Formats: sequence, C-alpha cells, structure tokens
Amino acid sequence: MGIDWQTFRLTLQLAFTVSLILLLLGLPIAYWIAFSRWRWKFLVEAVIALPIVLPPTVLGFYVLVALGPRSPLGRWWIALTGHTLAFTFTGLVIGSIFYSLPFAVQPFAASFSGVDKKLISASATLGASSLRTFLRVIAPLSAPGLITGVALSFAHTMGEFGVVLMVGGNIPGITRTVSIDIYDRVQSSDYAGANLTALVLLVVCFALLALVYGLNRRVWVIHPLK
Amino acid sequence: MSDIRTAVEVAPISRSIPSPSAALLHAKFQKRLQARGNGFLLDVAFAAPPGFTILFGASGAGKTTLLDCLAGLTTPDSGRISLADRVLFDSFLAVSAATAQRRVGYVFQSLALFPHMTVERNVGYGLAHLTPTERNRRTMSLLEAFRIGDLARRKAHDISGGESQRVALARTLVTDPELLLLDEPLAALDASTKAKIIDDLREWNRTHNIPILYVTHSREEVFALGERLIVLDAGHIIAQGTPHEVLSAPHIETVAQLAGFENVFDAVVEAVRPERGTMTCRIAGEPGGVLLETPLVRGGVGSALRIGIRAGDILLATSPPTGLSARNLIPGRILSIEQRDVIVCARVKCRVEMEVHLTLAARDSLELAPGKEVWLVIKTHSCHLMQR
Repeated sequence: MGIDWQTFRLTLQLAFTVSLILLLLGLPIAYWIAFSRWRWKFLVEAVIALPIVLPPTVLGFYVLVALGPRSPLGRWWIALTGHTLAFTFTGLVIGSIFYSLPFAVQPFAASFSGVDKKLISASATLGASSLRTFLRVIAPLSAPGLITGVALSFAHTMGEFGVVLMVGGNIPGITRTVSIDIYDRVQSSDYAGANLTALVLLVVCFALLALVYGLNRRVWVIHPLK
Repeated sequence: MSDIRTAVEVAPISRSIPSPSAALLHAKFQKRLQARGNGFLLDVAFAAPPGFTILFGASGAGKTTLLDCLAGLTTPDSGRISLADRVLFDSFLAVSAATAQRRVGYVFQSLALFPHMTVERNVGYGLAHLTPTERNRRTMSLLEAFRIGDLARRKAHDISGGESQRVALARTLVTDPELLLLDEPLAALDASTKAKIIDDLREWNRTHNIPILYVTHSREEVFALGERLIVLDAGHIIAQGTPHEVLSAPHIETVAQLAGFENVFDAVVEAVRPERGTMTCRIAGEPGGVLLETPLVRGGVGSALRIGIRAGDILLATSPPTGLSARNLIPGRILSIEQRDVIVCARVKCRVEMEVHLTLAARDSLELAPGKEVWLVIKTHSCHLMQR
C-alpha cells in the first residue's frame, strides 16, 4: 500500500539524465542524417529506428549482453570501476539511451531537413562556418522539433519497462522504476497500490507533456516557419 | 610644370577604370547533372569584367547551376574558376575553395532572409569577425545606402517584397564580396521599384567595381542593365556580346525569344511574290492553316522556316477592321487574359495560339475577356523570318 516516492525520484532522475544525453548525442546524429549524402545512410537510419519496432526485451537482452562481464565493454568497465555495468543506474541509462534514441533523433532530423536549404546556402555565402550556420540558423529554426524530440524521449524513458527489467533488474533505489514497481505490486496482488502509483505516473506524464507542448506552441507562434 | 601635374592627376583615374581586357572572373568548367532522368551537361567558358553581365536562358538552361558552381554550392566535374588572382576551383590542381572562403556574394531568387532575425541581424550576419561597434557601423551605413535604415529592428518576415529585396542585397554587399551573383532577385518587383534598386546597386559598384552576374529572362532588364550578355541554352553558351550585338541577330530560337518574339512558329512557304517583296507562309501545319504574308527572303515555295512575332506588335480588334494597311487579319478567340505588371497578356486561339500584349486601357475599353471573339492584325514586316 501507499506510494513509493523513491521509485518516482529514480524514474524522473533517469528520464532527465537520458533526455539530456540524447539532446547532446542526438544533435550530431540528426545533423548527419539530415545532411549527409552517403548512399548507405538509410542503413544507419534503419538501425536507429529499430527500437520502435523491436520488443524492448530483445533490445534489453542485447544491451545486457553488451554490458555483461564477457563483452569488451563490460570487461573494460569492470577494470575501470571494479563492478559490472549491468544492474546499475549507469547501465540503465545506457540501455535507455538506445531505447529512446529514435524518439529524439527522428524529430531532430525531420526539423533540420525542414529548414529551407537556401537559408543554409545563404549562410555559407556570407562566410559562416558549418557550426555557426547550425547554431545561428538551423537550430533556432528547428526549435519546435528539438523540444518535441526532448519531450518524447523524456516521456518514453519515463514509461519504459522491458529494457529496465532486462538491464536493471529490480533493485530498490538503484534500478526500480515506477513501471517496475507497478508490475511488482500487481504480482503481489497489491491492486490498490498499483492503481495509485499508475494514476500518479499518468498525471505526472500528462502534466509534463502538456507543459512541453504548450511551450512548443508558443515557440512556434514566435517563429512561424515560412 | 603642367606636364607633371597632368601625370599626377591621370595616374589614379586610369587605375580606377578597368580596361576591357582586365576580366576579373574567369570560368571554364563542366558539370553533369543527373537530376531529371536523362543527363544534362553544363559546359561553359566565359570571362566577366567588373560591371553587370546578364545571364539569360530559359528555365532549365542551367543558369542557377552555373551560379551555384561559382559560389561553391555545387562542385563542377572539371575545369577552373578564378577570381582576380585567386583560384576558387581547379580540378587539375584539386583545388576547391569552401563557399564560406570564396567571397562570392549570392542573392537568391527566394532572397533567403533569416526569418527569425531582425533586418539588422540579417545584414550584420556576415560580419561576425568584426567588433560589435564596427559591425553595427557597417550594417547601418549599408542600410542607409539602400534606404532601409528605418527597418533595422523589424523582423525579416514582416517587411514588404521590395524591402526584402533591399535587405537581401545589403546583407550580401556588406561582406564586401569580390563577385556578386544575382539570381533573378528582382523578378517579382514592379518596374519603378526595380529601377531604383538597380540605381542604388550601380552606385555601390561605382566604388567597389566588381563583376556582377545577373540572371534574368526579361528583355527590359537586358537593355537596362547589360553591358554584356551571355545567352545560355541547354547548358551551353550560344551567344555572348553586348545586348545590341546579340539581340539584333536573332538567329537562334533562345535568342529570338529573348529578343521579344513571344510567338515563334514553324512555317512553310506557300507562295512567293518577288514583284511585291512579300511571300505567303502557312503556319499550323495542315492545309487550311493560318496564312501569313511575310517579307520576302531567299528560299522557294515549300521551304521550311520559322516566323517570330513580338506579342507587342500584334493589334486586337473586336470587329473585322477595314481600311488597314496591315496585310494579315486573323479571326480568333481569347483563351485567357492576365495582367503582368502594367502589361496585359492575352492568349488568343486561331488554330495556333498567339500571345498578344496590350495596355490596361485597351483591355478595359475593348472589354476583353476570355471567350470573346477578336481579330488579330499583324503587319507584314512584324513577321520576322528565321532559319529552321
């Protein structure tokens, strides 16, 4: 019975960390997808989109294997820190980044591609470097897409279950997120607790998304895309 | 004494007037385009000295690709582009300067003003390397030169068309380019606004003296601006010289259309009347097509040629006119009528379709509208004959 606020704190912490990292990681990937002319680009796009169609358990399984003590990454991490990556918060963050990557990259890339190519050419003829063109022209004009991407990856991470269960397990305070908590309660027939926790998660997610989309709408009104 | 003074005065002047041979832009390059199914080769060689050089061609002739190659937005397959003593592109030396390093100003047809910035920020965009004070000084002086100082704090997306054109020009010129490319930036403006902007641009170039490549398809602009004219057709330069040289010898169809022959028809000589200095030509193919009386040229009955008629040389009458010197009277029906700037463009169907240009007053007093029956009146000497 009652709400385990620790799981909420952990879930929000995970969602914030993951969406922040995805913002930094997603920008260059999305830039490359939007502007690269490499002929095999579609293969990379397909790989990034995989988590949308793949069962989270499949993704979680591979991430678990990759983080485990038999993989090069896992061995390197153990040598570095003395413990395995699996069943830690860091491991959970890594799994969640892969899981939510398309939800950040796709809106980013779509909004970058939507920026008038002539504006990008004009910036170059005015002597601006690619970085300056990105910071001063592409990114400001893509603001709605950037906000959408961050919001979606945040919400998606809040609600993840399969990957957390596979990679993180169910360790209170470290890897037990709200969705795992709800599952746990149902398993132990604590329907009232599950109901309450689910309701709080629902309200929190709705409030966050409503806030973000509200902001997004204002941004769009200030900078109407021609 | 007087000899010395003369020498001192003359020297700086002679340096500021470029000799015709001192071409600043040299371009010779090839670029194959695969965009539209079957390939298309842009293959050009030309030089552009300081001042206006008009680049004319139908849409799809490769004008924009040519400008893109000069600006470095597209890479030619082979060739060499040099600006003054700088090599911008050389396939043999494997040199291809980045767009941002070329100092080639480019004003696009769409202008491409940054919609999220003020006019001031747009114009100052290319001056990031300067201190804010210096940037502001240069920006404001250019805005004043183009008479848009009062717009400085307005957002780029809420100023008028003519103002946007001025902002786009100022934004490019403030960076002190060594070559200016203008891709029909003034196409949407009325004639007087256009003339004022051109005057300001000429004034600017009096001190900067750089080559300006100006893409257009308007005959008026060719004569108003052009010291030099380059005609581009299907990726190749088919004529170049002064507008007068090129346009007075309309031997190729693209040039013919540039010379104002909105109507060009294939024709067959039906009858020759050497005693009158005329002949009769049939257009629109099948027997019973439209017959036109034209000036006499060499070539017998049955020979194939081409007739060009300027849209402004055709008269329209709403009833069969009598007592006219004009020899060609053709009944037809108005298909469509539209206003372009201060000219009314009517398309008339008379087996073939003819374009006719009228004044607004003529349209109103004749109450011309689609579907109305009219007579086309064409003088013999308004029919220009060309080789086919």
